[in-house]
Amino acid sequence: MVTAKDIPGKNCISLILDDQPCLAAETVNHPEEPILLLAHADCRMLRKAVDAVSIEYEPLPPVHTMEESERQSTIIWGTDNAFKSYLVEKGDVEAVWKDAAHIVEGEYFTGAQEQLYIENNGVIAAFDPEDGVTVWGSLQCPYYVHKALMALCGLPEDKIRVVQMETGGAFGGKEEYPSMIAGHAALLSIKSQRPVKIVYDRMEDMVATTKRHPSRTRHRTAVSKDGQILGGEIEFTIDGGAYATLSSVVLSRGTIHAGGPYYWPSVRIRAKAVATNTPPHGAFRGFGAPQSLFAMERHMDHIAQVAGISPVEVRRRNFLKPGQTTTTEQTIREDIDLDHLLGRALELSDYAAKKARFAEENRSGMRKKGMGIAAFLHGAGFTGSGERYLNSLVGVEAGADGGVRVLVSSAEFGQGTNTVLCQIAAEALALPYEGVMIARPDTTVVPNSGPTVASRTAMIVGTLVQSAAQGIKQTLMKTGLLGDNYTPEQFRASCGQFIRTHGALKSYARYEAPGDVYWDDEKYRGEAYAAFAWAVYVAEVSVDLTTYAVTVDDFVALQEVGKVLHPVLAEGQITGGVAQAIGFALYEKVVWQNGRMINNQMTNYIMPTSADLPPIRVFFEQLGNVHGAHGAKGIGELPMDGPAPAIVNGVEDAIGVRFRSIPLLPEDVFEALQPEPPRQQGPSSTRGTT
Amino acid sequence: MRADPAEFRLVSPGDLQVVLSLLASEPTEWLPIAGGTDLMVLYSAGKLPNRKLVNIWNIPELRQIEVFPDTIRIGAACTYTALRGHDDVSREFPLLAAAASWTGGIANQNRGTLGGNIANASPAADSLPALLVYDAEVTLISVRGNRRVAYRDFHQGYKQTALAADELIRDISLPRRFSGYVSHARKVGARNAQAISKVCLAALGIIANGAIRDARLALGSVAPIPLRLHETERSLAGKKIEPSLIGTVRQSVEREIRPIDDIRSTARYRAAVAANLVVEFLEKLATERTRA
Ligand SMILES: Cc1cc2nc3c(=O)[nH]c(=O)nc-3n(C[C@H](O)[C@H](O)[C@H](O)COP(=O)(O)OP(=O)(O)OC[C@H]3O[C@@H](n4cnc5c(N)ncnc54)[C@H](O)[C@@H]3O)c2cc1C
Repeated sequence: MVTAKDIPGKNCISLILDDQPCLAAETVNHPEEPILLLAHADCRMLRKAVDAVSIEYEPLPPVHTMEESERQSTIIWGTDNAFKSYLVEKGDVEAVWKDAAHIVEGEYFTGAQEQLYIENNGVIAAFDPEDGVTVWGSLQCPYYVHKALMALCGLPEDKIRVVQMETGGAFGGKEEYPSMIAGHAALLSIKSQRPVKIVYDRMEDMVATTKRHPSRTRHRTAVSKDGQILGGEIEFTIDGGAYATLSSVVLSRGTIHAGGPYYWPSVRIRAKAVATNTPPHGAFRGFGAPQSLFAMERHMDHIAQVAGISPVEVRRRNFLKPGQTTTTEQTIREDIDLDHLLGRALELSDYAAKKARFAEENRSGMRKKGMGIAAFLHGAGFTGSGERYLNSLVGVEAGADGGVRVLVSSAEFGQGTNTVLCQIAAEALALPYEGVMIARPDTTVVPNSGPTVASRTAMIVGTLVQSAAQGIKQTLMKTGLLGDNYTPEQFRASCGQFIRTHGALKSYARYEAPGDVYWDDEKYRGEAYAAFAWAVYVAEVSVDLTTYAVTVDDFVALQEVGKVLHPVLAEGQITGGVAQAIGFALYEKVVWQNGRMINNQMTNYIMPTSADLPPIRVFFEQLGNVHGAHGAKGIGELPMDGPAPAIVNGVEDAIGVRFRSIPLLPEDVFEALQPEPPRQQGPSSTRGTT
Repeated sequence: MRADPAEFRLVSPGDLQVVLSLLASEPTEWLPIAGGTDLMVLYSAGKLPNRKLVNIWNIPELRQIEVFPDTIRIGAACTYTALRGHDDVSREFPLLAAAASWTGGIANQNRGTLGGNIANASPAADSLPALLVYDAEVTLISVRGNRRVAYRDFHQGYKQTALAADELIRDISLPRRFSGYVSHARKVGARNAQAISKVCLAALGIIANGAIRDARLALGSVAPIPLRLHETERSLAGKKIEPSLIGTVRQSVEREIRPIDDIRSTARYRAAVAANLVVEFLEKLATERTRA
């Protein structure tokens, strides 16, 4: 039995701010907060042990919504319930209102979303008085867990070993939470002196682990007579849950993406992450960008209406162009042509003809159809100075038999990381793909190449793998063992020779920030990302007026992501991301009751199945990019950003209702079409019908 | 899994009489398990109160579909897959075949049984509205003998049935007199597969001399039990399908049902969709007649 008193080190899950305890000592701040750990040699006995525990709580007033939190009548975190706030200011916003032909306002909301990886969170920890703590687990970021365990266990670097095992999906949901569950297993193992395994069941995983941050975005935009953005104010607020965890970073990405792929002569963005008494919200594919981009892309359609131009035209007139600056005053140096991307997406989706046909057909019948578009961007890699702080290190080693191994802490969890990194190394060494292997991410074997997040692996880690691999080649060439045009056999032979004389053959590469990258963390100004991926998505939707259900009938996803390193994997990433975003838009609703998710089962938390998805047609355009390996930019998160606004824009096109909130469920469509207001809002009671 | 298997007993006699004697010996102790698709969900959530289970999956008498001149008799342990694959069932009782086709996924249809759906008695069960409109009769069997109960009298209240603790459902018989009817079934769930119904409709209708001769309507998930809409049916009898009728039918449906707000949907939504489905059925009935 372990309580906070048994913690040898610091009682916290060390991440950014060390505010989250590993075990609550005096106060619990959300309904799923761990207090006491029980382990038993027979796991079936544990249910009985749990039943025998009773905890008496002294209730304190809770805060369950962003609005309550902002009101600050109850303070649950810090002095003002705010984990973090940012202010972005470009130009003189105050000056634009007087010249505006239109001032367009809108408020938009997005809900929490569960990652629903196939494999639930799970770890095994073993303690040995000599070697310290070893943890094997389903996780994304071995060195995050490593850092957290050092603090928690009070052990030095070399007495903590973290090994990432084959991981059944993650989507961000195994970025920070594994540190918690690994901490629990480690504490139990230290006390019991036995290996301890913890694997959550689906209901535990859904109720207790992190979800996408719910958000609210307010726009107030000054627009010229012909629909050009003159400037505006954006207020972006996210619900962080009970502890800070990664909210500041999620907020940062959401803030930087809030202006979309448009040129803002002036803008003021105020962003804030607030505390509520729910389990902490956390990393999920897109990381704040799907939230603020949903608002931006819905708002663009609203601007178009007010200005009396089409959704296509309003985007054309405001797209960022090379040489212009983003909201953080990052100059676009890439030769991006968003107008061209848009044109091609419209062509691929047969947008104009379909839109005209639907307008005609919608006059009768119970199925109303519409077309919606979304244009967006996604910054690859860590925000601003993040990559510099990470200071990633990557290794490549060759054995005496010429076998090459890539040494990175980047984890494979279904996205194809291992394939792509080996591909890059093989290419750099002019070897067949089969000649390169990847080491299991084990903190005693691989260097810290940073976390497997932020669409950074192919672009940032991939570049380092490329230079580390080139290092091997150069070493062999410099020692005269290898000539210019070598065969794989010659490579193998030279590795053998080298190792016989020099011992090991290893090469490391460390991240170096490009000299021209400037970022000001205080003013939130400068080069936010080393590269952006760009996209235009088009959704064809229908609204069934018999059931009020929205379905997506066709989906075109066109993007510019630099060099596509592996076409099959890249297409898979986009398809999967679009599917997940369709869930975010139309199906997946977390039902909260007193800060707890009450639909924590796959039967009640509705993730779309293949029977609900349209053909997802994926297309790539290529411009090339100076930063990534072979010019690759990140793609993992991009497809999460665009579908929701494209779909809801399509719904408005079909039935003329301006929805501002997702998930958009049939019940919401129904209520919007009713003359009288509902008696009460949404599904609320816990009573089931089965 | 939240249950401890060591605390459960499962026996599998494979013989109807042995099962019935077991149920009679300790009636409230033993629980029959057929496909297990409802029970195993409770079991793994640690919510199955019974500790003694008797398998009825492997009892041949419960797994037959027999076709007689006037009725089709479906063994209670017939699976959805068996129902979908049976020619006579599909042809003459398309509402049942349709319900079977959208119950869970393929794996669930290979295990889930019609008897289990009936005994589990969920108001959201998909095959039950079809049984109502087809005038199904269930045969209950125990060591005390057989009895036949009309399905409409079997399901008595929220999760309450006429089944005694020592009884099994032996079979379900359907009278073969609906093949001339126009039928319409629709399930409205939160997604197109693997969804529990928010509303589901099974409807039969027949037109004579330009007017509705008989309409039979049943809905799931809009009341504590699957509901036959007797009053609405009466209000339709003898009427022509005209725009004026649609408005009154809508009101009648909404009057007859008792939907609730729950984790899956709202009462308002269910009421509106229930009415829409009935209207959709009437429109289909009108066009089928025109075609005929
Ligand atoms: C993934 C999944 C999806 C599902 N989707 C749907 C759906 O879409 N629609 C739907 O309606 N249902 C659905 N269900 C529920 C379930 O599949 C059905 O209710 C099924 O018909 C139950 O049959 P069974 O044989 O598996 O029942 P079991 O679990 O074996 O038994 C259920 C109950 O019936 C009793 N019982 C079973 N047979 C008899 C008998 N012959 N006599 C007396 N009592 C008996 C048992 O004692 C128990 O109380 C789903 C279930 C799962 C797991």
